[in-house]
Amino acid sequence: MPEHENILETLNMIREECLDIRTITMGVSLWDCRATAPGLLADQVYDKIMYSAKDLVRTGCELEKMYGIPIVNKRVSVTPIAMLCGGLNRDGAVLLAKTLDRAAHELGINFIGGYSALVQKGFTNGSRVLIDAIPEALTATERVCSSVNVASTKAGINMDAVREMGNIIKETAYLTRDNGSIGCAKLVIFANAPEDNPFMAGAFHGIGEPETVINVGVSGPGVVASAIRRAGNCNLSELAELIKKTAFKITRVGQLIAREASKRLGAPFGIVDLSLAPTPAVGDSVAHILESMGLEQCGGPGTTAALAMLNDAVKKGGVMASSQVGGLSGAFIPVSEDAGMIAAARSGALCLEKLEAMTAVCSVGLDMIAIPGDTSAAVISGIIADEISIGVANTKTTAVRLIPAYGCKVGDTVSFGGLLGEAPIMPVRNQSPEVFLARGGHVPAPIHSLKN
Amino acid sequence: MKAVISVIGRDSVGIIAKVSAECAACGVNILDISQTVLKGYFTMIMITDIQTITVPFTEFIDRMNALGKENGLEIHAMHEDIFNTMHKI
Repeated sequence: MPEHENILETLNMIREECLDIRTITMGVSLWDCRATAPGLLADQVYDKIMYSAKDLVRTGCELEKMYGIPIVNKRVSVTPIAMLCGGLNRDGAVLLAKTLDRAAHELGINFIGGYSALVQKGFTNGSRVLIDAIPEALTATERVCSSVNVASTKAGINMDAVREMGNIIKETAYLTRDNGSIGCAKLVIFANAPEDNPFMAGAFHGIGEPETVINVGVSGPGVVASAIRRAGNCNLSELAELIKKTAFKITRVGQLIAREASKRLGAPFGIVDLSLAPTPAVGDSVAHILESMGLEQCGGPGTTAALAMLNDAVKKGGVMASSQVGGLSGAFIPVSEDAGMIAAARSGALCLEKLEAMTAVCSVGLDMIAIPGDTSAAVISGIIADEISIGVANTKTTAVRLIPAYGCKVGDTVSFGGLLGEAPIMPVRNQSPEVFLARGGHVPAPIHSLKN
Repeated sequence: MKAVISVIGRDSVGIIAKVSAECAACGVNILDISQTVLKGYFTMIMITDIQTITVPFTEFIDRMNALGKENGLEIHAMHEDIFNTMHKI
C-alpha cells in the first residue's frame, strides 16, 4: 500500500509543480507504403498512419485519467519522408506533407514528425526533393514537423546541406511571415539525430526501428526546481544526489505510462526520453532550475557549469528508472518555450554565444531562438555549422531551430502561442561566413583519439 | 488492485460520508483513511480496494470528480501504480 507521505509528494508534483508526461509518440514505419505514383503513395501513407495510430489519442486520454497525470501531447513520428520521395517531384513531396497534416487532424494529434531527410554523407534524389519542398510544405500545413540531419560524428558534416538549409530557413520564414515565421519553429537541423526521439519538432521513426513503437517523453523542470529550493543551503554533491533522486521519480512515471501505452496499443515499448522539457508556464522552466541552484540569472557566468551538472544528474537518475532510455535525454533549453530563458534573453543576460556554449553540455542545441528577420542565409548557415560542429566533435546530438522572424528586429517579440511560446528577437553577429560556406564539400569525420 | 482517493477543500459537515457513500455505491472497499483539517482546509487521503468495483474505473473517476464539483471540493481517484512506481524500486 502506498505511504501517505509518498502520495502527498506525488500529488504535489502533479498539482503544484507541473509534473506531466510531455508526450506519447507512436513511431510508424512507412516502408510498406512505397509507390511511384504520388496519389497512390499519399493514400497508402494516410491509410497506414490512420490504421496504426487510430487508438493513440483515446489510449492517452484513458491513461491520463487512470493515473491522474496529464499527458500533454499525443503524437506520431514516421519514417523519414525523403526515403519515399525518390520518384517524386516537389509537388509530390508537398502532397505527402499535406497528407501527413490531414492524418494528424483526423487523429486529433497536435504534431506529426518525420518530414525529414538524412543527408550527413550526401543527398539522394529523394532528399533533394524533400528539402526543396520544405518551405512550401511547412507553409501549407499546420501540424507537420520537419528535420534534416546534416552531420554525424561518423560521417562528418555535409557543408552543402548546411549551406542549403540557411536558404531553406529564410524561405520558410518568408512564406510564413504572416504568422511570425512559424514555419521555422517546425524545422530542425540536426547533427547525430536520434532515431527514437519522441519530442517535436525533431521526431522521426528511424530506419532501424520496428514496424510501430511507443516512445515517451517526460517533463518536470518544476519538480526539480522545487526540490532544489526545499533543499536549501546544501553543497553541490548533495544537490547532484537530490536531482538524481528527483529525476528517478519523474522517469519512473514515464516508464509506467510507456509500458501501459505499449500494452494497450499493441506496439512495442521503445524508450523513455529523460529530457527535462520546459513549457512557457510559470514553474516549468529549466532556466529557473539553474537560478535555484544559485545563479543570479540564467546566461551569466556559471550557467554552463550548473547546466552540465544538472544534465548529468538527470541522466544518472533517469537511467536507473527505465529499462530503455533513448531519444534526446537531457535538459532542453528552448528559449521561446521557457519563461526563465525568455526573461534572461530579454534582459540581455543570455546571448546566442552563451546558448551555444550551453549546448555543448546539455540536450539538443540552439532551440527556438528568434533572430532578426534580415539575418542573411549565410549567417544562419554559419550558426548552423558552428552548432553542428559541437555535436560532431563531442559525439552528441546537437540541433538548430532558428526563427529569422520576418520584419522583426532586436527588441521585438514574436509570439507563436501554445507550447511554442514567445521569443524576444536576439542579436546575431553579422560578419559573413559566405566565402567559407561557398567552398562547399564535406568536413571530414573527427578523429577519436589524441583527445584534447 | 487499489486506488487512492484524494480530497482537498474547505471543511464542511459530511465530506467523508459523501465520499464513502459513493465508494459503497460503486462497490469500492475502503482500506484506510487519513484525514486532517488545517486552517479550515480539509485534506483526506483514502486508500481503497477496487477489486470488487461494479463500474469501469474511469467512470468511478468521473463520479468522484463530479462529487467534488457538486461540493466545492477537489476529489481525485488515481490508480495506486503511479505512487508505487514512483517511490518503490
